[in-house]
Amino acid sequence: MTTSTVTAPAAARPPRTATVPDPARQRRRRRLTQWGFVAPAVVFMLLFFGYPLVRNVVMSFQHYTPKTFFTGDAPFNGTDNWSHVFRDALFGKALWHTLVFTAGSLLGQFCIGLALAVFFNRRFPLNGVLRSLILLPWLVPMVVSGIVWRRILDQDTGVLNSFLDTLGLGGHTPWLTSPDMALLAVILVNVWIGIPFNMVILYGGLQEIPKDLYEAAALDGASAWRTFRSITLPMLRPVITVVLVLGFMSTVKILDLILALTDGGPADATQTLGTLTYQNSFVQLDFGAGAVVGNVLILISAVFAVFYLRANRTEGK
Amino acid sequence: MTAHPPAAAPGGRGRSRRVVAPFAAVSVLISAAALTGCGQQRDAGAYTVMNSSTDESYHRWDAEAMARCGKQLGVTIEQQSVPAAQVMTKALRMASSKSLPDIVQFDASEMPTFADAGGLTDLRTLGLSTRDIPEGIVNFGSYQGTYYGAARSVNTLALFYNKDVLDEAGLPVPTTWAELRETAKKLTQGKRYGVALSAGGAEDGVFQFTPFMWSNGGDETRLDSPQVVAALDYWKSLLKDGSLSKSTVSWTQADVNDQFMAGNAAMMINGPWQVETLNTKKSLHWGIARIPVPKAGDASVGPLGGAVLTVPNTGDEQRERTAARIVACLSGEREQLTYALNSWMVPANEKAAAVWRKRVPELDALADQVAAARSRTAKLGAGWSSVSLALQSAFQSALTGQSSQAALTRAQQRATSGN
Repeated sequence: MTTSTVTAPAAARPPRTATVPDPARQRRRRRLTQWGFVAPAVVFMLLFFGYPLVRNVVMSFQHYTPKTFFTGDAPFNGTDNWSHVFRDALFGKALWHTLVFTAGSLLGQFCIGLALAVFFNRRFPLNGVLRSLILLPWLVPMVVSGIVWRRILDQDTGVLNSFLDTLGLGGHTPWLTSPDMALLAVILVNVWIGIPFNMVILYGGLQEIPKDLYEAAALDGASAWRTFRSITLPMLRPVITVVLVLGFMSTVKILDLILALTDGGPADATQTLGTLTYQNSFVQLDFGAGAVVGNVLILISAVFAVFYLRANRTEGK
Repeated sequence: MTAHPPAAAPGGRGRSRRVVAPFAAVSVLISAAALTGCGQQRDAGAYTVMNSSTDESYHRWDAEAMARCGKQLGVTIEQQSVPAAQVMTKALRMASSKSLPDIVQFDASEMPTFADAGGLTDLRTLGLSTRDIPEGIVNFGSYQGTYYGAARSVNTLALFYNKDVLDEAGLPVPTTWAELRETAKKLTQGKRYGVALSAGGAEDGVFQFTPFMWSNGGDETRLDSPQVVAALDYWKSLLKDGSLSKSTVSWTQADVNDQFMAGNAAMMINGPWQVETLNTKKSLHWGIARIPVPKAGDASVGPLGGAVLTVPNTGDEQRERTAARIVACLSGEREQLTYALNSWMVPANEKAAAVWRKRVPELDALADQVAAARSRTAKLGAGWSSVSLALQSAFQSALTGQSSQAALTRAQQRATSGN
């Protein structure tokens, strides 16, 4: 069927030698070709990003319940879902936890990742082997890490507390069982998971920095710290932006790790916007309320995406 | 992104056509593929059951039962197992795409939600009998007076204890709260806690709290009543004594079972579905008793758990009738007994339960507990999930420092505001 659409007009066309180049037609054709290239991406974006996004926004203004799946009716209820969610004390808590979790995770992942990247940037024996070993946390599925860490962090029988105990450092830390500690524990696990990603990308960035810059710095007698601050960091800036933005995007919407580690508990101490959306939509089956929280998450990500694009543009100039 | 390579510019007419055509074809193919996904033809002789038997042994037992029933009814029955937490959402999605399976096995606490949405058919009008099924279990499978779900077996919670540990200490099995507290205190030694239970932030924890709440005269309709507060205070006292691990707030019921099997707890609150695992450890000698009550003579009320087989409302009456016959076979006396003996759960059918009691005398206490057990959704129906969430948050707050009264007062506010 595709061949017919192509050959039919081709057959109707006058012989090629007879055509006089018509600039307007040629421009039109070129435009068409360009759209041909863009079309698959546009269709994909509209279908898999645009539609769910619009649908999610619409849903947040609807009374969307299990009944809706049968009748298809989801009456609009104005801003009921929004005021309902915003009045819930849990929402404020979850928002705060999300911010703390994201900031803490990024800080930890980035600093340790950068330190490791700088470390591996030198040549030494077993460099490659060690580097690939460090990738492991990244390769393990999030849920598996969550379950393993839940055992490690168990207050009575966990490996971590036993280890601290033998060191004489107490060893009764209620990592996941105290509302005051749980968020910190979850952040620590997420830092562990995120280090490899940060390290790999930053390592790649470091490899791109021309070696002669360092040679010049050495000739000028710059100290190690000065070299790092004046050469490494500025040269690495585009890569750092990418790492932080990507890290932000994947951290702010965290769900699986928390579900596996604490299920949002104890006493809602680790509820984030991600777990709240999940709870609203899939436990309480109040899809309207779930959509509201989801939209807030999208909004937060969108704000950062704008920052990212801005940063990219100034970088390009 | 900003720099645009002048790729297609010098291309001739024929070439640009050749480029556009494949893209057009791909777009057409994608939309065609998306559309064909919607329509689905049902095979007249093949029926699908969706359940949560993702465990190897449960999946096998169900497959065998379905094969027997299929043979008897002259149809093929296909089993589709999804994780328990996904049965509801998956069924809802299937409902909106008009591709519901013929039979869905819901956890009984979820059934009212699906029934409330108009998703289930009345089993009685489809010809299912409730003869030989105790009233409590008929109610368990009913929503607003309509019988939607046939239970094959039911379960509840009981007190499991390590016989060797109790014998060694010369202690009897506790029957009241005071005795349980005292016994647990005495049995707490070194790394071993006296008792283990799940106060985790999910349905597991709520399930475990109900026997304490109900036996004390409390109720899910008023979470801040003195009876519920006293029940939560009792849990707190076990924690304060050090007889209960602080990790209890992060344990699921499976974790509790692990602790008990590892010898880290002398007693535990748990259900019969753990027996299969418990029996894999030959050196462990365990016993089972009814959950202790506040005062001697009080009734021990446990939560009724288990799954029910339902026939979703697909609009195809012919198929629904056959589906109901499959449900009747799977929940029939013979299949119930086989299933109960395999899974260590109590048959719902009275006659099957009588045979079961003789065959598994060691679980006699469980059968008594089931007879007096209550369904979680009996009073609140589809409203149970909000109360359950509020309650989880409340006992977790109380066990990690807050006062029971304050935590439950907030829970009640949360439950009534519908959050």
